[in-house]
Amino acid sequence: MTARALVEVRDLKVHFPIKSGVLFDRTVGYVYAVDGVSLSIPKGGTYGLVGESGCGKSTLGRGLLRLTEPTDGEIIFDGQDIRALSGEAMRRQRRRMQMVFQDPLSSLDPRQSVESLLVEGLKAHGLAKDKAATSRRLREVLDSVGLPASALRKYPHEFSGGQRQRIGIARALILGPELIVADEPVSALDVSIQAQVVNLLEDLQSSLELTYLVIAHDLAVVRHIADTVGVMYLGVLAEEAGADELYAEPLHPYTKALMSAVPVPNPTVEDRRERILLAGDLPSPANPPGGCRFHTRCPWAQPTRCRDERPALREVRPGHRVACHWAEEIAEGRIRPHEVEAELVHPETGPAELPDELTPQAIL
Amino acid sequence: MPLLDVQDLSVVFKRRGEQPFAAVDGVSFSVEAGQTVGLVGESGCGKSVTSLAIMGLLPKRGNSVSGQVLFDGLDLLGLSDNEMRDRRGRDIGMIFQDPLSSLNPVVPIGVQVAEVLQRHQGQDRRESTRNARELLDAVGIPDPDRRLKEYPHQISGGMRQRALIAMALACKPRLLIADEPTTALDVTIQAQILTLLKELVNGTGSALIMITHDLGVVAGLCDTVNVLYAGKVVETTERHRLFAAPRHPYTNGLMNSIPRLDLPRGTPLTPIRGSVNDNIPWREGCAFAPRCDNVLDVCLEGTPPLVDDGYAALRCNNPVSHAQEVAS
Repeated sequence: MTARALVEVRDLKVHFPIKSGVLFDRTVGYVYAVDGVSLSIPKGGTYGLVGESGCGKSTLGRGLLRLTEPTDGEIIFDGQDIRALSGEAMRRQRRRMQMVFQDPLSSLDPRQSVESLLVEGLKAHGLAKDKAATSRRLREVLDSVGLPASALRKYPHEFSGGQRQRIGIARALILGPELIVADEPVSALDVSIQAQVVNLLEDLQSSLELTYLVIAHDLAVVRHIADTVGVMYLGVLAEEAGADELYAEPLHPYTKALMSAVPVPNPTVEDRRERILLAGDLPSPANPPGGCRFHTRCPWAQPTRCRDERPALREVRPGHRVACHWAEEIAEGRIRPHEVEAELVHPETGPAELPDELTPQAIL
Repeated sequence: MPLLDVQDLSVVFKRRGEQPFAAVDGVSFSVEAGQTVGLVGESGCGKSVTSLAIMGLLPKRGNSVSGQVLFDGLDLLGLSDNEMRDRRGRDIGMIFQDPLSSLNPVVPIGVQVAEVLQRHQGQDRRESTRNARELLDAVGIPDPDRRLKEYPHQISGGMRQRALIAMALACKPRLLIADEPTTALDVTIQAQILTLLKELVNGTGSALIMITHDLGVVAGLCDTVNVLYAGKVVETTERHRLFAAPRHPYTNGLMNSIPRLDLPRGTPLTPIRGSVNDNIPWREGCAFAPRCDNVLDVCLEGTPPLVDDGYAALRCNNPVSHAQEVAS
């Protein structure tokens, strides 16, 4: 944690306009996909971002590389605010930050051979001038991801899912990046293959001194690979802590519910554990609840503050940041969970009117 | 007599100009009333094709199904299309992985649930709608009156899966087949659905066949687990035994390759090498042999038999030994 941050994101926002109208493209609202996230990743570290679909974790990853242009905020990469960079300067910086996508079959052009897929990046940055050196580099990268040199002449469909993901990783590595954003790198793969790719990512990190931002919905995979884990809910960070600390003692009610929901392949543990079942679904990010975004589903929600005051991400313990007004009280057991009525959530319009009175029978 | 007894079920797909391919290759298992049985395996192991064959939902052409599927002693494979249509939805309900593609997008939820009741129980529209409302309520859909009139795209993924479960349960089937019912859902929603399924099995006494690739789901839900590999059952046992001492090298390999929240962080993952592309046909030996660390010469001399030693049924010549775990 003492290492210098390679990437620092300050109050990053990515809002997508919702357009409507026949003659004029009127903007009728915004989807607040990422709404004020700050985090920093030390050089050589791995930051794991978890959350459910629609929480904005992928948008954050894309926004960080400016693949999706952020609406507001700063992205400091190696001491430089890359949001201030213009096209060509940004393009040159892109060499240093690459992305690995979820589905290798749809992120690899089926009509390009592996060689052409890999050389493309080198050409774009004017690095493919010396033929012998290029061919050496290709072999070197393929070897580092565990593919034979004969793979160069093949096409993506000739490989299995795990091998395809290796090609996707090789493509990200070919330019010698410092930061890799991996968006769900293993979720499309079979269980036995997932472990191969996770181990590969770890080996590459130690041999090439890479910095990772790993985005995944699988909490067990993230715990395995990341040093620091951030939990996102509806565009904001709910909690952030070292991996051991977060999983040992989650402080945010959402993190608690998430952890308790993960099935563990151990019948003895499964028989004994108590699940915190959340009521209802994720509210729409176009119309997020005011105050704490989680208060509509939170079993610990209180009548004061939760509904009208947005909790800041504050450091409750060293290195453990939580966005909950009542984190300490909940941790000490002074606030008990209560029933939450599931409410209607429409995918387009968001939740129905809030009930006037939340009725927590809680407090001491 | 078990409720469902699958005997030597095989499904062979044939395509012109290609070798016939046995997706399911002599699978046998049985399900008692009130029991939850898991079919576990990775993509291509034949778990979904097994469920489609039981339900008689495979296409008529291009494949041949052999063996027996005895439901209450009656062979479902011998029934005509009409007879099967009567049983499907009434005696056996099915829940699919992707609720959006299993629901009709242009028909309101309420009509789709009521339709099952009208078809199988001869209820009229008013009665079936009233019952549909109750069903939606029972599976935990808030404000069911409003939901009845809504279309699938208007509700969330978790709600769609609940609606699908409501349809499957409409006639109180004695057997429910769930094919990856939570794979498309987020973990918090998955927890809701799994809890619901568990309550339904306990509450109604119907049997459940759970098809999944997720060992965590199996650990919490299934009484008996069948592990499938390349179309054959390779290990069958009670869940506590399976997870305490996975003895087939494939099962053991799966357990060692998943990161687990119940083990200390930093526990190394040991993947299974290669991929399913490396398999050899069963008739030449054990299909898993090319990926197996315990492989012997005998493994390449014909299909190993499924042997039940009282602890587990195992298709392996050289199982993994767990001396300490088994003793304790």
